[in-house]
Amino acid sequence: MSKTLVWVEHDNASVKDATLAVVTAAAQIGEVTALVAGSGCDAAAAAAAQIAGVSKVLKADDAAYANALAENVAPLVAGLMADYDVFVAPATTTGKNIAPRVAALLDVMQVSDILSVEGPKTFTRPIYAGNAIATVESTDAKLVVTVRGTAFAKAEATGGSAAVEAVAAAGDAGTSSFIGSEIAKSERPELTSAKIIVSGGRALKDADTFQSVIIPLADKLGAGVGASRAAVDAGYVPNDYQVGQTGKIVAPEVYIAVGISGAIQHLAGMKDSKTIIAINKDEDAPIFQVADIGLVGDLFTLVPELTGKL
Amino acid sequence: MKALVCVKRVIDYNVKPRVKADGTGVDLANVKMSMNPFDEIAVEEAIRLKEKGVVTEIVAVSVGPAKAQETLRTALAMGADRAILVVSETEVEPLAVAKIIKAIADEEQPGLIITGKQAIDDDANQVGQMVAALLGRPQGTFANEIAVEGDSVVVKREIDGGLETVKLALPAIVTTDLRLNEPRYASLPNIMKAKSKPLASKTPEDYGVDTAPRLKTLKVTEPPVRSAGIKVPDVDALVAKLKEMGVA
Repeated sequence: MSKTLVWVEHDNASVKDATLAVVTAAAQIGEVTALVAGSGCDAAAAAAAQIAGVSKVLKADDAAYANALAENVAPLVAGLMADYDVFVAPATTTGKNIAPRVAALLDVMQVSDILSVEGPKTFTRPIYAGNAIATVESTDAKLVVTVRGTAFAKAEATGGSAAVEAVAAAGDAGTSSFIGSEIAKSERPELTSAKIIVSGGRALKDADTFQSVIIPLADKLGAGVGASRAAVDAGYVPNDYQVGQTGKIVAPEVYIAVGISGAIQHLAGMKDSKTIIAINKDEDAPIFQVADIGLVGDLFTLVPELTGKL
Repeated sequence: MKALVCVKRVIDYNVKPRVKADGTGVDLANVKMSMNPFDEIAVEEAIRLKEKGVVTEIVAVSVGPAKAQETLRTALAMGADRAILVVSETEVEPLAVAKIIKAIADEEQPGLIITGKQAIDDDANQVGQMVAALLGRPQGTFANEIAVEGDSVVVKREIDGGLETVKLALPAIVTTDLRLNEPRYASLPNIMKAKSKPLASKTPEDYGVDTAPRLKTLKVTEPPVRSAGIKVPDVDALVAKLKEMGVA
């Protein structure tokens, strides 16, 4: 049986949701050891040990790992991989930053963004913005894999009781340093785990209109808020709202696309949603080709009316 | 300081890819091809750094078929100074591409290597990080803003929760995200001028890189198709549907 090493995404205190789907994917490949690399990360390691399906937790606690700088964590992971067969990371911005660096250190061709595990070394993955699905088999001795979170069920966050083992840090590469971050604090559900998402497009005109039209509807539904690339580029909302091929991949129960025409790059990020609802004034907009429920008309009257009637 | 920009010839952004009937891949015959949009942003950023006097020479590199020469000519027309094409008519995986770029970087000694965060064909998102690993240099992925300050580069990165800023010692690798800049169009005079700029043609063997694939593609299929649903006449009908679904 393969031995997998899972990258745990965390904030030193708790484990992020993205990790749970990765544990499910890794468990389909083999035995799961979770790696918690951080600084003052005892609580995160304890949380990782609770995840159902995790058989062991490795904790690398060092100031060099405080902000998951790839230059520092990749050598740590590559070193630990002497004892493991497969490194599995979430296809989040953290996972995508670190995993290829690990793969190159191991001389392995990474399998990015897997949708399913078909065999010990065989996976499906989306290519061309999800317009094609490739089944690929690795011929490398060791594997590096990133996992699309929406494609796997989340492992239970509790119920496990893995042992936590401290591992030695690999030091600071000394070539990079963390300066700071601008993380929006929000009471809203995170896009990648929201049950309902309301997304706005360029038709929203400007940042104020986006706020006054989209936000009340999202509040009413307890929904996460997303946007098309056009809306982000136009500055209506920050970059972390972007849903699409190169933004966030989401698959909520209900996705409400408001004033979004439906470019293939946007569809790539949301077409696995269970129910898609589109509101758009152009009845020929491509979004209606994938929408389960469409409403044609002026969003500036329809959306406030909808918000009022819910 | 020299900048190396890595560009890939891919299916045009506006073309909807079609899977081949025999399931071996995506049909690229008679399909419009262009420079990967993220790589255009990389070229633009290098040009802006040159205009600021930070970068002195821009070398554009591509690994791909002979026709990728057109992609490099586009980079030259935008403002790159010279180009290197590493010709391979078969697909080269990110790991092998990274090894070729590493070898070129060893020869050229650039202070900055800039490339797109991912190519829109294989969506791998690997080359920049792999080049950084092979060179043992720092990486600023998914760049939203970059500023060279003395012997380091400050990179503001687009991350899942928002933005993050890191400081990297040069030489460094930067991969571009969408909002780093808006690439210029090449002017006609510059397109004409680009024809006489130097373009060297090489092979992976010249750099001692084995490009045999590590991943076997067993098959390529269409994704499950979503069919269009119904249109409702008004907001009341939509509210009724939402109630049926238990959402409202």
